[in-house]
Amino acid sequence: MTSATIIESSLDEKNALDSFTVDAGDYWLGIVKQGQTFRIVDLKGNQAADTLFFNANDVSERYSATDTIREQGKVYLTSGSKLRSNDNNIMLEITADTCGRHDTLGGACATESNTVRYDLEKRCMHACRDSWMLAIAENPEYGLNKRDISHNINFFMNVPVTATGGLTFEDGISAPGKYVEMRAEMDTIVLISNCPQLNNPCNGYDPTPVEVVVWN
Amino acid sequence: MSKVKKINYETQLKSGSHWSFKMRRGTVLRLTDISGGSNVGVLFYNPENLLERYNAPDTLKCQHTFKLTQNNCLYSDMGRVFASIVNDQFGWHDTVCGNSHAEHVASQWGKRDYQSDHNNWHQNGTDAFLVELAKYGLGKADLAANINFFSKVSTDEQGTLSLDKIDSTGKQVMLRFEMDTLVVLHTCPHPLNSVTGYPNSTVSIELGEAEVVADDDACKLHCLENTRGFANNNLYHLGL
Repeated sequence: MTSATIIESSLDEKNALDSFTVDAGDYWLGIVKQGQTFRIVDLKGNQAADTLFFNANDVSERYSATDTIREQGKVYLTSGSKLRSNDNNIMLEITADTCGRHDTLGGACATESNTVRYDLEKRCMHACRDSWMLAIAENPEYGLNKRDISHNINFFMNVPVTATGGLTFEDGISAPGKYVEMRAEMDTIVLISNCPQLNNPCNGYDPTPVEVVVWN
Repeated sequence: MSKVKKINYETQLKSGSHWSFKMRRGTVLRLTDISGGSNVGVLFYNPENLLERYNAPDTLKCQHTFKLTQNNCLYSDMGRVFASIVNDQFGWHDTVCGNSHAEHVASQWGKRDYQSDHNNWHQNGTDAFLVELAKYGLGKADLAANINFFSKVSTDEQGTLSLDKIDSTGKQVMLRFEMDTLVVLHTCPHPLNSVTGYPNSTVSIELGEAEVVADDDACKLHCLENTRGFANNNLYHLGL
């Protein structure tokens, strides 16, 4: 693997507006205002934070993996990556990253895709998409429904693409305390599923909490 | 050719066109890049439940692949197989770059202008999809990452994307539908295409009937994941 660029943040948690711990298998749904910065911390290492973004003023505008990777000309996300919407607008920019590489190809786990990936009888194991479904059901004021739940970012996940067109889920390159930080360029709804996956070695079969920190 | 019982219909689309239609389980769709230089953007929806749609991430990760080619299955977000690629002469189709937007096309080749250009206008992939989707009550929120047939996008060690120039003249790709599927497609240029002049290309679309899927079907047996995907389809069709 090529070396990743590590960019540390100058922000101090003591000055943060708010912070939240999100257990594995839970979701976090909140609004980050234009100009605010938020950080996701991989508290114990090798966790995946499956993340979706929506324009808080018009949820039909949402994070788009295809627009993001095409416009930056690279499949991986790291410091400097501009996270784009389906209208090709910049929603957020990654301003600090001590992990070095994040995935936006692999998508989220769902109970249905688990049946394909692992076993038909694993359909009732908790999955990211179910966390998102609960989030939109419990928070109707956001106006989100199933059609808005789409192609996400997997912060802290390492999914290398090979020159011959292969795709592999490698051991995480994250570690305890690594973080990724981004500044919102528009008022943004953030919806994170802290991945509950128990069938994939990428988290050592042991999903762990992440922390969300917001600064003004 | 094996896999096809008969071809019932053939039509040709020029670049910048769009179309949508329903394919039933057990039918085939064959695309031929007659002129070379074509791109065919494709999305799938379940006509029984339009919320079920083509899912590129699941398609890639279930088969541990970045490219789409022969023997790959094209998955919905509900763990089912919309279609299998039963034949492919091109070898590597993109499903991560999405579509051109009006601004891309305008800056590359001049803006869309029906008044002057009529149906040779510079249509873009995003608007082409939105027009077709609106016919089914679908919109921007339903526009998922699509397939771009006849466009090979590879990456280097750093993950840098490039649209590889490959002669696709006369090349064919054939899909066999494993469940009833709403197909939405356009023939607008790939968003990374930088040729001089808006492409003037032609694609042939043939619709026909498939042979029955054999027990030793190469798509079904391509990987254990696909075998399980077919099992999910069997459950979906229980009683039919």
